[in-house]
Amino acid sequence: MDTNKKLELARIANNVRIGVIEGVYSAGCGHPGGSLSMADVMTYLYFEELNVDPKNPKAEGRDRFVLSKGHTAPVLYATLAERGYFPKEELKTLRKTDSRLQGHPDMKGTPGVDMTTGSLGLGFSAACGMALSGKVDNKSYRVYTVLGDGESEEGQVWEAAMFAAHYKLDNLVAVLDWNGLQIDGPITEVMNPTPHDEKFRAFGWNVISINAHDFDEIEAAFRAAKEVKGKPTVIIAKSVKGKGVSYMENACEWHGQAPKEDLYKVAIADLEKIAESLK
Amino acid sequence: MADKKATRESYGAALAELGEKYDFLVLDADLAAATKTGMFKKKFPERFFDCGIAEGNMISVAAGIAATGKKVFATSFAMFAAGRAYEQIRNSIGYPHLNVNIVGTHASITVGEDGATHQCNEDLALMRTIPGMSVICPADATEAYAAVEAALNHDGPCYLRFGRFAVPNLTPELVPDYKFELGKGVTYREGTDVTIVATGYMAHLAVEAADMLAAEGISAGVINIHTIKPLDTELILNAAKKTGAIVTAEEHTIVGGLGAAVCEALSESYPVPVLRVGVEDKYGKSGKVPELLELYGLTAANIAAKAKAAIALKR
Repeated sequence: MDTNKKLELARIANNVRIGVIEGVYSAGCGHPGGSLSMADVMTYLYFEELNVDPKNPKAEGRDRFVLSKGHTAPVLYATLAERGYFPKEELKTLRKTDSRLQGHPDMKGTPGVDMTTGSLGLGFSAACGMALSGKVDNKSYRVYTVLGDGESEEGQVWEAAMFAAHYKLDNLVAVLDWNGLQIDGPITEVMNPTPHDEKFRAFGWNVISINAHDFDEIEAAFRAAKEVKGKPTVIIAKSVKGKGVSYMENACEWHGQAPKEDLYKVAIADLEKIAESLK
Repeated sequence: MADKKATRESYGAALAELGEKYDFLVLDADLAAATKTGMFKKKFPERFFDCGIAEGNMISVAAGIAATGKKVFATSFAMFAAGRAYEQIRNSIGYPHLNVNIVGTHASITVGEDGATHQCNEDLALMRTIPGMSVICPADATEAYAAVEAALNHDGPCYLRFGRFAVPNLTPELVPDYKFELGKGVTYREGTDVTIVATGYMAHLAVEAADMLAAEGISAGVINIHTIKPLDTELILNAAKKTGAIVTAEEHTIVGGLGAAVCEALSESYPVPVLRVGVEDKYGKSGKVPELLELYGLTAANIAAKAKAAIALKR
């Protein structure tokens, strides 16, 4: 990838991370850890990969995105705001009564949200349904979904994995956020769902493993996925939970809580420092 | 006596015929031969997708299909559609109010020999708790066919319940100018002493019960409620005002289904005695259908007895 483009994407991703922190801090609750881990992938999706138009969020031929790990709504909202679906100022209404930004994504309320999610496993299946519908009608749109590694402990994830391979949904790409942590601890200690690569391969998927914070690898993976015919692709994205905020990185306790004022200031200072380095 | 046909047969026939007129997909979970979606599969193989024995995934897949603007039927036995996949229905379909028709066949006691694990007595109650869900339980073949087309034309999620066991196709005889309207009850017979409000398999038994009561000089009205939600409260309220006593009859637990819905409606507007015929907070069991119906009190004789008891409760 061109250095300038890479720098530009890194700047956007950093803004997305700031949006995550602003939203979660303002709400006083929410899920920052798994939001920050996917900021780079989400940025690449909405600024490079997806064929979408913020001015026409329901366009029939658009690519679809389903955040199957719906609890990381803050990163979806921050990315959508950054892309121009709604004002960034609105991120501060996250989780508040009468806000368009519900605690978990609501397709009926938020511009740019293609599927209601939050209950783990369900979004992955819905993405399969969208991809199947596109195939039936010979539509050219593609369907993207982001799953959590903890989410893969849900049996429905594997029902969906079986379904997507069975119906050869090569218009479907799943990203698995392998940050290694879930609410109760490391995924390998709580209920080990690994190895994801071998499992997905055995289920009939094309498997690509990348560093979730390297735009070259992200780009190469999405490009490779487009070339694969006859099977869906999963991108296993090794990430750092809480990426970008010093005290949140690889710290389980920041899965689902908001920083208080002092730590909020530290988070913003951390991210502003990154912004400086990207100038 | 009217011809007998299971409502699931009507479902399969309706899908196969309406498939020519409407653009929709059909999903099943390895039960196409039993649920009768196989009739559609045979005619439109490119629009039929077997999801295998994975009902939760099937329901969320249906939601994804609907989110792209396509109508879809997701079919399994009532136990595994409404029961196993309840949470998927609530969160993937109900909450975003998507156009999915969820179909549960082989509901309740008339499943017969398969027994309790397959006799879903709770589906109507479960589906009724979901905001925006239409809950439809047709009485016979004619009504079942019409319900499928009505669901296709309805904006919003529907749950449709069909039975395994053949039932007399009474509607065309009782209501010559019959027209299915979602949310509107069907008056089978006018009465003055008591009104029997029935749904699904019990509707024809309600008519039998009214005949038994007539022989004893009791005038019983009969209303067929094919749509449990939204309930035709106006029709039921008028019946309560006219006859002052109600008996409900459903092949379903008396908890949370038609009987409960009628009680809720009347207690808030015009309380009269309501006695409920249904499965009395029990599990089913294996057996021949007629024997089981006897055993669980799902009979015309029990409806008639409850009708007399309801009349006795009038002040």
